[in-house]
Amino acid sequence: MNEQVLEPIERPPTTMSSRLEGELMEVSMGPQHPSTHGVFRMNVALNGEIVVKLKPVFGYLHRNHEKIGENTSYLGSMPYTDRLDYFCSMTNNWAYALSVEKLAGIEVPERAEYLRVILAELTRLQNHTSLLGFLLNDMGAWGTPLMYAFREREKVLDLFESLSGSRMMCDYMRFGGCRVDAGTDWIERAKKVVDAFPRFLDEFENLVVSNEILIARTQEVGKLSADLAINAGITGPMLRACGVNYDIRKVDGYGIYPRFKFRVPLGEHGDTYDRLMMRVLEMRESIGILQQAFKQIPGGPVMNPKVKIRAFRPPLGEAYGRIEGPKGELGFYLISDGSGNPYRYRVRPPSFVNLTILEDLCLGHTVADVMVILGSVDIVMGEVDR
Amino acid sequence: MALESLEEIKLRAEAAVPGAQIRVIPNPSPANQPSLLLDNERASAVATFLRDDPILRLDYCSNVTGVDWLDRKVKKTIKVKKVIDGEEKEVDETKEELVPGYLEAVYHLFSITHKHGPVVIRMRTANRARGTRLPSLTPIYRSAEFQEREIFDLYGVHFESHPDLRRILMWDEFVDHPMRKDYREPDDYEYEPTPHDDVLEKAKQHYTARPELDGAESIRPQAG
Repeated sequence: MNEQVLEPIERPPTTMSSRLEGELMEVSMGPQHPSTHGVFRMNVALNGEIVVKLKPVFGYLHRNHEKIGENTSYLGSMPYTDRLDYFCSMTNNWAYALSVEKLAGIEVPERAEYLRVILAELTRLQNHTSLLGFLLNDMGAWGTPLMYAFREREKVLDLFESLSGSRMMCDYMRFGGCRVDAGTDWIERAKKVVDAFPRFLDEFENLVVSNEILIARTQEVGKLSADLAINAGITGPMLRACGVNYDIRKVDGYGIYPRFKFRVPLGEHGDTYDRLMMRVLEMRESIGILQQAFKQIPGGPVMNPKVKIRAFRPPLGEAYGRIEGPKGELGFYLISDGSGNPYRYRVRPPSFVNLTILEDLCLGHTVADVMVILGSVDIVMGEVDR
Repeated sequence: MALESLEEIKLRAEAAVPGAQIRVIPNPSPANQPSLLLDNERASAVATFLRDDPILRLDYCSNVTGVDWLDRKVKKTIKVKKVIDGEEKEVDETKEELVPGYLEAVYHLFSITHKHGPVVIRMRTANRARGTRLPSLTPIYRSAEFQEREIFDLYGVHFESHPDLRRILMWDEFVDHPMRKDYREPDDYEYEPTPHDDVLEKAKQHYTARPELDGAESIRPQAG
């Protein structure tokens, strides 16, 4: 090594005017970027490091899910809904089944309703857990929190696998009930997983949620006002982080949710930290719902025997059914012309609509914050692009 | 809070917005979600009324989507008087009537303030031609921004006064609207005209075959 001591070079003092004055740099973030959660691109105009314009570009995963739905029977679309938000196939199944049940006026047996609630809340647990892991990953806490989160998620996925045969593409629900019954041993196993979950949450919260760096990176970053959130159709934890009390489980009371006692956590500031905490608090409520459901679940059939799911022809008309998915309001809008295929099959994906205000959240923040804000919006491209 | 019936909403909206014509479209399904058909001229005013009215407060527009209705033939039986064998008789005669197709935009409105809904409103285009128009509700409901862009992309409805009407899911160079019922897929999705095409065409004109190259450079199609 040449051990030459470098003399400090004399530079003119850096002032604002000596930088690129008024010149914007356009950066294309994504689509191949580890923090964009899939093939998602943002065209960003930067002034130095500050975002002055941001246009989301997507469609890379577009396969025209709705057109395929129009050309398939009602039953044929059910496994395909798994691929929308591939983290939460159970809630996708439920939203679709609920809409078809509304369209045709189908009743669901009691035990199936309980199983649906159990599976939906388990889905919420694993979705929020992995979201926290990913968000911390985006923030620079490389690997470790994500591995902790995935360790817990794996336990829930094992439950899904033993019940439906598949870890992520469950295809478990049918209009009029569920595909197979859960044995008592499955319920016992699920109970154990749920009972052990608060311990993980405590550990996780101790490890990261009160972390100083995390607080510095998230508080007052990407603030969203309640008025804008309502007007822009934001739903789910993102809306509640702004302090708006709107949970479809409470408002619509679909399924058997009115039977359970749970609270709806609300944020105050609408910043990234609130959105993150909303997920942690929601998981605690989900655990409460699950424990009540395990106690109350009755025996009986899980499928309405009157429904002929294979030769299914709902009456003429249209219906819009929605549920509170882990990411927000997931709705299905169906128009029936009396034939075996829907005339119109529309998915209202929560993360697609939640992306509307991404630009508003990011303006004035640095590039590094864009990743954190995007992580807190919680998008899945399978659902955004459809 | 119970929602008033669509008939009442219709009457109050027509009183609040002079000149507005609203029709209630029935829905025979068990879901019982009838809808309001707005006239395109006053649609923004009616939507503003629905959003700001203190009783309704439909401040949350959840789902925005398009529907394509093709031209369809409706059979109608009319009683016609005819003279048969010198006697006048009433005879049933079936006539086929062509109902022209149209594109529809459907909006599902809910209220976060009063926690009720849905109120379904819809608008219809005059025809299914390319570049057919509808007023945009994005200035009233921001949530319609991406979803109206999606309708523009997949159905080809131009939303007037939309702030940023571009394709959203298909790529910008794509020409057709794939969600239309009469859409035909192209032979090659990946095909894009490139400068190479012109160059190759020119090369074909100037090229003379050189058999000593063993066919390695033969761009010209083989004769025969």
